Amino acid sequence: MTENHLQHGPAQSGPTPSPGSASAREADAATPLLSLRVPLTPGQSAAKARKYGSLYFAEHWIRTMRGYGWTVAMTAVGTPLVYLYAMGIGLASLVDANTNATLDAGNGAVVSYLTFVAPALLATAGIMVASEENTYPVMSGFKWRRTYYGPNASPLGSHQLVNGHALGVSFRLLLTTGIYFAFLLLFGAVPESTGWIMIFTAALGGMAFGLPLMAYAASITEDRGQFAMVQRFIVMPLFLFSGTFFPLASMPWAVQWIGWVSPLWHSAELGRVLSYGYEEPVWLTIIHVLYLAVLALAGWVFAQRIYERRLGK
Amino acid sequence: MPNIAAPKQLTRTVITARGLTKKYGDFAAVNGISFDVPAGESFGLLGPNGAGKSTTMRMIGGVSQRTSGELAIMGLDPEQHGPEVRAHLGVVPQQDNLDEDLRVRDNLIVYGRYFGLPHSYLRPKADELLEFAQLSDKAKAKVDSLSGGMKRRLTIARSLINEPKILLLDEPTTGLDPQARHILWDRLFRLKEQGVTLVLTTHYMDEAEQLCDRLIVVDKGEIMAEGSPAALIREYSTREVLELRFGSERNTTVAAQLEGIGERLETLPDRVLIYTHDGETSLEQVSARGLHPVTSLVRRSSLEDVFLRLTGRSLVD
Repeated sequence: MTENHLQHGPAQSGPTPSPGSASAREADAATPLLSLRVPLTPGQSAAKARKYGSLYFAEHWIRTMRGYGWTVAMTAVGTPLVYLYAMGIGLASLVDANTNATLDAGNGAVVSYLTFVAPALLATAGIMVASEENTYPVMSGFKWRRTYYGPNASPLGSHQLVNGHALGVSFRLLLTTGIYFAFLLLFGAVPESTGWIMIFTAALGGMAFGLPLMAYAASITEDRGQFAMVQRFIVMPLFLFSGTFFPLASMPWAVQWIGWVSPLWHSAELGRVLSYGYEEPVWLTIIHVLYLAVLALAGWVFAQRIYERRLGK
Repeated sequence: MPNIAAPKQLTRTVITARGLTKKYGDFAAVNGISFDVPAGESFGLLGPNGAGKSTTMRMIGGVSQRTSGELAIMGLDPEQHGPEVRAHLGVVPQQDNLDEDLRVRDNLIVYGRYFGLPHSYLRPKADELLEFAQLSDKAKAKVDSLSGGMKRRLTIARSLINEPKILLLDEPTTGLDPQARHILWDRLFRLKEQGVTLVLTTHYMDEAEQLCDRLIVVDKGEIMAEGSPAALIREYSTREVLELRFGSERNTTVAAQLEGIGERLETLPDRVLIYTHDGETSLEQVSARGLHPVTSLVRRSSLEDVFLRLTGRSLVD
């Protein structure tokens, strides 16, 4: 079959079929042109972004968090309830009935198992939230949903994405530790009036674990189950060997180092000092704070560098 | 003649590139390209995948550092004045990166905040842009539930939240069905009418013909040709093209017998192209030589022919 016809290329045929088509003309009448004028010049926009960019990204982050508000609420309210019942009341009934020597407050006084375990549970909640927020969401921003690339094309700098994310996580951490603390009070697990400071030290503990994890997550380009490994071989051992359920000193020397490198142990010990006046040398308390701060700071610096490298600016 | 009405003024240059180069190790993704884009123009980068178009766009957008050369957007170097340059731009990336955790309208508002814009402006502006993108009824929908074309339009709406004077579009219609493409072209055409400078990459010649006043043909990181679609066709091709199919096994053997017909002959695996000023006459000459193709087609030359002439390859393999 020989078919022979002439196609009219648009280059020679005048008006384009699409913008001039009937459907486009209908849309013409229905669609007003953009009329609202932007209130800032590009220069003013850039100046505001340089100054407040981290806050803008945190704002986005917190808005996004509302999308999974149910998870946030369940973690914040459900976790303390479950843990305090299981550990503070269930396990405590066994522990308190059988021993008191291991729960020496360090100043001759003896505390209940609930009081002993409460600051560690609070510290654990901080670590858990931080590990949740600094693994898959970071990978998602770079790879799966590529949500970092939108803001990256705006006046924001890459480092501001790190700051904004960190601010958002801090917000959720404080929300979680604040609610957790309220439950501790309800259960009568905080004898000292300085206990409320734990809200912040537990959040700091979360950042000390979370920011280095964020840097690590940002460095991953291919998902080969690294986060599951982090959960199994870092988070879980830290949880079990950081003096959470029993004093670190009751562990053999060979595994006590795990506690020393663990932000969870430092955070829990700080909490014990604040919650029931656990006595330890002042230098050790200072080390707890410094260690957590240094970890958080190092993670922050590394995360910024990795984001800048990966986002091209 | 370009399809889109010529801009009213083409005086001010908004983008200038001189010897722009981007290397990854020894590989030059962009190899010393130079071009200027005047305000209000619709400027295209046409080339196959991997030609260096997206890399060039990323450098213009200030999200990729160049290896060498000069680049200025609104007179500013994107590496020195990143936030200032990006505040001038609207960016539609090749892959949609909408926030699927947020609803359609919130995607626009949140994005506007990055430009320091107040909610009092962003709320009505988001509604206006949704109307422009024909997405008003989807304002509260989840991004997940949108079709590919709708997501593209939302991405374009998002890129307009700061009312940019320059819009960068990287493969804006790749993966869309013909109807969705036409709606999108119409929206872009309207923006152009409002004086927005469009810079777009594409590997679709029809898109380049529809949207671009002027374009550069890019291959392997270098500029092969520059001009308006019509001028490029005039310069590198003939008025008409006669396409003949003799069956995949015979095309090459028959090609030898077609020598002398038209100005130039191109043998592709599936057809023979005869570049000629008068397709019908050429077809008669083919018949006169006793050759009877399975199908024949006379058409106008397109940018595809320009690309084939310049590189010896087809745009979309």
